Amino acid sequence: MKTCQKILSLVAVTVTAGLLFSVAVYGDDDDEHKSVFSRWKESKLDVAPVNNPAYREECGSCHFAYQPGLLPQDSWREMMAGLENHFGDNAELSADLNQEILDYLLTNAADDSNYKRSQRIMGSLGTSEAPLRITDTVYFKRKHDEIPASYVVDNKELGSLSQCASCHTRAEAGSYDEDEIKIPGVGRWED
Amino acid sequence: MMKIPGTLIAAGALLLAQSTSASPAVDTILEVYRNAGAGPFSAEAGERMWREKYSHADAPAERSCGSCHTNNLTKSGKHAKTQKAIKPMAPTVNVDRLTDTKDIEKWFMRNCKWTLGRECTAQEKGDFLLYIQKSGA
Repeated sequence: MKTCQKILSLVAVTVTAGLLFSVAVYGDDDDEHKSVFSRWKESKLDVAPVNNPAYREECGSCHFAYQPGLLPQDSWREMMAGLENHFGDNAELSADLNQEILDYLLTNAADDSNYKRSQRIMGSLGTSEAPLRITDTVYFKRKHDEIPASYVVDNKELGSLSQCASCHTRAEAGSYDEDEIKIPGVGRWED
Repeated sequence: MMKIPGTLIAAGALLLAQSTSASPAVDTILEVYRNAGAGPFSAEAGERMWREKYSHADAPAERSCGSCHTNNLTKSGKHAKTQKAIKPMAPTVNVDRLTDTKDIEKWFMRNCKWTLGRECTAQEKGDFLLYIQKSGA
């Protein structure tokens, strides 16, 4: 009898593990076939991760590929209309590529996002406010106002608050959780 | 031991020589520049320009190619402003370099304007390409 129970529990464990695994695998499926697992994974994220190859390549070559959900549509419109002087750099794109990337940004901008931080960023802005820098949004400032200058702005390895992924170890995935922060030369962030 | 025909060795050597020579993308683009009246191109002129320091209306502090790429093309660079790492330019250590004509023109457009304050001429771009191609070899 005991052996029988052991076999049964082994079968149960195997089946459960198999189910979980298949959910995890199918979790990587495209948007139309989102599994429970991928929805749960996303609900834990702060902003939708970047999923456009052109955006990742054209914008992410020079700087962290900021998620579109970190700024409202009006900000992205203005940004993409002035790439010949992009914060002092020339980041010109062909008309086709510019349009493709703008479409992606507008579709995924913070305005109508279901993601937590996108909503908070939007909530912190005035009705017609559309800053070009994420660091200029009220929400961003509030979340970073306790950081001593020596940690980031005067930190030789960083120099500014603009390189999200230097401290937010899972920023690339769209996660900005406080527990995941590791500041170069300083260490973990204790609030 | 099996005998390898001389012709086969010769063909192999030729293949090897071709694969280590100019990239097809560079050949294509140089032809375009030649048709625009530029050439002959010189890696030495390209290197001189690479190392030169430029200042212009938007660049009170001098800028050069090395501001981001360093002057050792086999080494990684760093974006002067964002600090983001830039992979080495030398095709000998980074096989993705100089493989796409659109990509080459895109970066010439952006980076010549940032560094020199103007677009580069066909002659200058050809010289740069020969220098980058030769670097690290």
